Amino acid sequence: MNGPHDLGGQMGFGPVSPEKGEPYFHAEWEKRALGITLSCGAFGAWTIDESRHARESIPPADYLAASYYEIWIRGVEMLLERHGFATREELLSGHKLRDGAAPKRVLRAEMVPAVLAKGGPCDRPVETAPLFVVGERVKTKNFNPATHTRLPRYARAKQGVVEAVQGSFVFPDDNAHGKGENPQWLYTVVFDGAEVWGEGADPSLTVSIDAWESYLEPL
Amino acid sequence: MQARVKGLETLLTEKGLIDPAAIDAIVETYETKVGPRNGARVVAKAWNDADFAEWLKRDATAAIASLGYIGRQGEHMRAVFNTTDTHNLIVCTLCSCYPWSVLGLPPVWYKAPAYRSRAVIDPRSVLAEFGLVLPEEKKIRVWDSTAELRYLVIPERPEGTAGMNEAALADLVSRDAMIGTAVAGSPEALS
Repeated sequence: MNGPHDLGGQMGFGPVSPEKGEPYFHAEWEKRALGITLSCGAFGAWTIDESRHARESIPPADYLAASYYEIWIRGVEMLLERHGFATREELLSGHKLRDGAAPKRVLRAEMVPAVLAKGGPCDRPVETAPLFVVGERVKTKNFNPATHTRLPRYARAKQGVVEAVQGSFVFPDDNAHGKGENPQWLYTVVFDGAEVWGEGADPSLTVSIDAWESYLEPL
Repeated sequence: MQARVKGLETLLTEKGLIDPAAIDAIVETYETKVGPRNGARVVAKAWNDADFAEWLKRDATAAIASLGYIGRQGEHMRAVFNTTDTHNLIVCTLCSCYPWSVLGLPPVWYKAPAYRSRAVIDPRSVLAEFGLVLPEEKKIRVWDSTAELRYLVIPERPEGTAGMNEAALADLVSRDAMIGTAVAGSPEALS
């Protein structure tokens, strides 16, 4: 999706502002936002890919004006409503008004260490052999789906070299939309700065992405 | 946002969907247990142990897990080594992908548009804003974290550190050095 999240190469956001001795959280609500988001993720009702898509679906002006955890909260509210855990009315009132969907599990305090330690590995076996080999020149596809993708705009229709075959992983473009995991081979593809940015590009720059097999075409 | 998030927590608690104590436990984990010192220990070990460095290059997930650093947003790790020729820089242009298991939660700048937009197109000026001016002949390799692989930069070992033990070496490794917006500190600077 060509949403506001796809920031690579955009201009006008000003300098990076590192904060000396930055705290993990800048407000109490940020702590709760992190915990709520992770707790709701534990319901098992949506995948990380669907949650990324929810965040990138926030209208551009709102997305760019929002702080990081605000983006998370807007995203999780969207998912809670979509999956029947809360109604818009409940989200606005901040109180339970009716029963909703039942989650697969509720994250209790005693489960937290094990759940965080386990994470969500998304490598999955595939039966086919990789289509591309290390050192092969490839081209990324030119597409602009309205749905979720992890091929950034700046890296579309570009020629690069397969630097590594990373294994096979859940395909986010499908998994974000309830179409199943449909794992694919994943490759690290490296591009010269000039291929991506053209005239005036830093001659010492190379950029790589991790690209699923269906993002790539042979040259 | 304070009121909105409080309302959401109240609603979800009333519905039996979340346990506020679990939120406390999550916050405590990332405030006190999981942070960049994990990654610094990985780097120090790589500097001091060639076999471990080799393992990191081949299978960073397993090598890092052998030190006990596992879990969420570190499920699939890749270590990239700075060399005399090349400096590595990590970004996630699409969201905020970051190796929580070795670096903890990301700083605000890593998740903000200024960094995500420019790191891939103009990394030298981004690095300069961190006070890191690289020689012109140094190549810059930017890794855009577009999948579930999480990257850890292994900075070059500073001069004058021969014979230092891993604990002392780890003190030279900042979080930013493991993202690529800094290099490792020198022992003189530390003392």
